Amino acid sequence: MEKYWKIFYNGIIPGNPVFVLLLGMCATLGTTSSAMNGLMMGVATAAVLVCSNLVISLIKNLVPDKVRIPAFIVVIATFVTVLQLVVNAWLPALNASLGIFIPLIVVNCILLGRAEAFASKNGIVASLLDGLGAGVGFTFALVLLGASRELLGTGRLFGAMIYPEDYGMLLFVLAPGAFIALGYLIAIVNKIRKVS
Amino acid sequence: MLAYLSIIVTAIFINNIVFAQFLGICPFLGVSKKISSALGMGAAVTFVITLATVVAWLLQTYVLNPLNLQFLQTIVFILVIAFLVQLLEIVMKKITPALYQALGVFLPLITTNCAVLGVAILVIQKNFNLLESVVYGLSTSIGFTLALWVFAGIREQLDLTVAMPRGMRGVPIALICAGVLAMAFMGFSGIKIG
Repeated sequence: MEKYWKIFYNGIIPGNPVFVLLLGMCATLGTTSSAMNGLMMGVATAAVLVCSNLVISLIKNLVPDKVRIPAFIVVIATFVTVLQLVVNAWLPALNASLGIFIPLIVVNCILLGRAEAFASKNGIVASLLDGLGAGVGFTFALVLLGASRELLGTGRLFGAMIYPEDYGMLLFVLAPGAFIALGYLIAIVNKIRKVS
Repeated sequence: MLAYLSIIVTAIFINNIVFAQFLGICPFLGVSKKISSALGMGAAVTFVITLATVVAWLLQTYVLNPLNLQFLQTIVFILVIAFLVQLLEIVMKKITPALYQALGVFLPLITTNCAVLGVAILVIQKNFNLLESVVYGLSTSIGFTLALWVFAGIREQLDLTVAMPRGMRGVPIALICAGVLAMAFMGFSGIKIG
């Protein structure tokens, strides 16, 4: 039991995909103009990650070693296509706000990274939890970044007003703010990790 | 003619792939420590993006659209890109082994460079014809190389700076520099052509 908890927990704090491993930067920067967008993107990525980790751990003994990477990519691309169709059908608003970043989940390094480093070597339950942990860690990072950008930029948090918009720095909602906010967040995480 | 000029200027400066569209950030942060390897990476990415855009456009127009298989777009495109990167790897190993060594793990990682898949999908979304797609792909990758080159120059100087809080060293300060660069690129957004 403790072993499984460790696998799950590893993806959230010690091996956080964004703050520690610096993976999936494009989606991290591109979809966090608000906390809600960050949350949506995180959940979408986590869903694909859990499914692909599960299937890859199921087929790991059937796939020859030489073609494993292309095989993993096809599995991931299949789940992304499913997600694309689902989002198109039921959540058109989400499709509009995340745009091209939904098909681009395929090339999110976190997915292939977890497949190669974990799911291709471990059992089903462990792989499932590993995917869930990394997905939750990714979502956490995206929500944190999205919330800081939304709060600094517009004075809102998940759409609720915290302080008047006139005092916000619009820069943080725009492109440069994404880089700057993430830079400072990683610096804070570095500081905390060195201390503990 | 003016339309093509507009595509070129927009893709390189106004809507720069790294600073405005957030695509290709991984190699942008990973291979930007030295100017020489940054330029090599830029050249490799330029080759893959341009070729991938053409192949993806042809596949979409002559295979996926007539057969009504548009939903297979993501899978087909990523396989085409993986194939092209493999090809590039074999060619570079033979022709420029030094550059092949310098790029290391980032060469096979071009497959998972979202700029490549991103441009291939954007070209379809924007309804470009073949020539426009080639021009767009080429100028986007020039914009990518420009961003990488400028950023590598800054990072080479940053490495010489010693007085910096420990937590800020490495990636955090690089990201903040990228933010300032992105601010500079925002200055281009007022340009209008045609």
